[in-house]
Amino acid sequence: MGSSSRQRAILSEQSRPHLKRYVRLQYDPVRGAWAVLSPERVFWPDEVSLDILKLCDGRHTVFQIVDELAGQYDAAREDIAPDVEQFLQEWSDRFLVTL
Amino acid sequence: MSDALLPPIGMLAELTHRCPLQCVYCSNPLELLKADKELSTEAWLALFEEAADLGVLQIHLSGGEPTLRPDLEQFVSCLARRGVYTNLITAGVGIAEGRIERLRDAGLDHVQLSIQGAHAPTTEKIGNNRGAHEKKLETARRVVELGLPLTINAPIHRHNIEEVPAFIDLALSLGAERLEIANVQYAGWALLNRNALMPGREAVERQVEIVEEAQSRLRGILAIDFVAPDYFAIYPKACMGGWARDAFMVAPDGTALPCHAAGTIPTLHFERFGDRSLTDIWVNSPAFNAFRGDGWMLEPCRSCERREVDWGGCRCQAMAIAGDAAATDPACIRSPLHSRMATLIGEANSVSDADDFRYRRIGRA
Ligand code: SF4
Ligand code: SF4
Repeated sequence: MGSSSRQRAILSEQSRPHLKRYVRLQYDPVRGAWAVLSPERVFWPDEVSLDILKLCDGRHTVFQIVDELAGQYDAAREDIAPDVEQFLQEWSDRFLVTL
Repeated sequence: MSDALLPPIGMLAELTHRCPLQCVYCSNPLELLKADKELSTEAWLALFEEAADLGVLQIHLSGGEPTLRPDLEQFVSCLARRGVYTNLITAGVGIAEGRIERLRDAGLDHVQLSIQGAHAPTTEKIGNNRGAHEKKLETARRVVELGLPLTINAPIHRHNIEEVPAFIDLALSLGAERLEIANVQYAGWALLNRNALMPGREAVERQVEIVEEAQSRLRGILAIDFVAPDYFAIYPKACMGGWARDAFMVAPDGTALPCHAAGTIPTLHFERFGDRSLTDIWVNSPAFNAFRGDGWMLEPCRSCERREVDWGGCRCQAMAIAGDAAATDPACIRSPLHSRMATLIGEANSVSDADDFRYRRIGRA
């Protein structure tokens, strides 16, 4: 993989995000909380982040994730789409999620 | 601080002090342990099981060179079974054919490979090992081919600070996900070799610009983590995220320590796993409790608004430079001893022979 072949992934509504193979979302029984384990860090996602991450299964498109969450939160698509998209782009840029 | 004591998240396991390299900046203590002092396979396995019970989620398998332990696969599979994230920290020299594949199959999650120079002569000079550079590149290729995520760790000092752009190119060409541009922490062998390793101020400033530019240019392409050089800083780092707060380490003989250099604090006594359980040490060890939270702090830390940001900085650096482990880390601009950092930089930069190294060797500090 040469440097020229590497490009920043940009999110679209058709992206089907999934956690990178070296990132694990796992329930920690000691703390009673969900943890994201990654090479150097452990993250403790808040409730909304967790709901997004659980839908990052490589099957749901970003469009469907927003739909799904809109249903769960009883909110309008437009109200939540920007936050979801920003979150996923950020997690992609930090090499935690593949778009 | 009155917060309840939380379990540790991370643990650094120094499986051995043996290493094919002799890096002049090594963070291991000057008194390196011989192989006969290392914990047995059974003891490490028991320790890892207890760490998982205690709540440790991430274990860095380090050394010395951890692949010198033939039982490494057993450790990885034990931890994988317990859902603990495993990170192998290796020098990447002398790893037998097929070994990395076996480690991957045992459940290894991530590899961090240290490279001492972006060019072969630098790598060989810093680690005092001919041919090391090519072997490291070969290890990197194998790791990537096997589909394991790779971080390149570049420890930065006077002898390679100009190679930072080349390190970035190297990490990209090797297919690494992450690059750590980690300015050397002056503890252990690096403290002994401080005068030979300290970079100049202009080189440090240039480095910061190069790294910032690369971080934004390579956003989403290569993650670049920057560990700033303490001696040139205004505020200290939160050492280990705070003393005995999130993480700790275990030496090859099972001694548990809040950080690498903690053994340099003569007033503290550290317990060994085996004599006491890990949980008992984490909760009750007087050494772990000595600088936990902020109750031990003196001024200016005691009333400082950053006291839970950096936890007063590094206790070992306070010991080394202020002569008092409870002092404010002199890296902090609010420390009355802050000007010593500039003096030490000046002293180091004025030495005539920057190649006057004392290489890391067992039994020869
Ligand atoms: S005075 Fe102490 S707590 Fe405040 S910034 Fe300096 S080291 Fe940190
Ligand atoms: S206390 Fe100091 S020497 Fe020890 S790990 Fe922390 S920063 Fe390093």
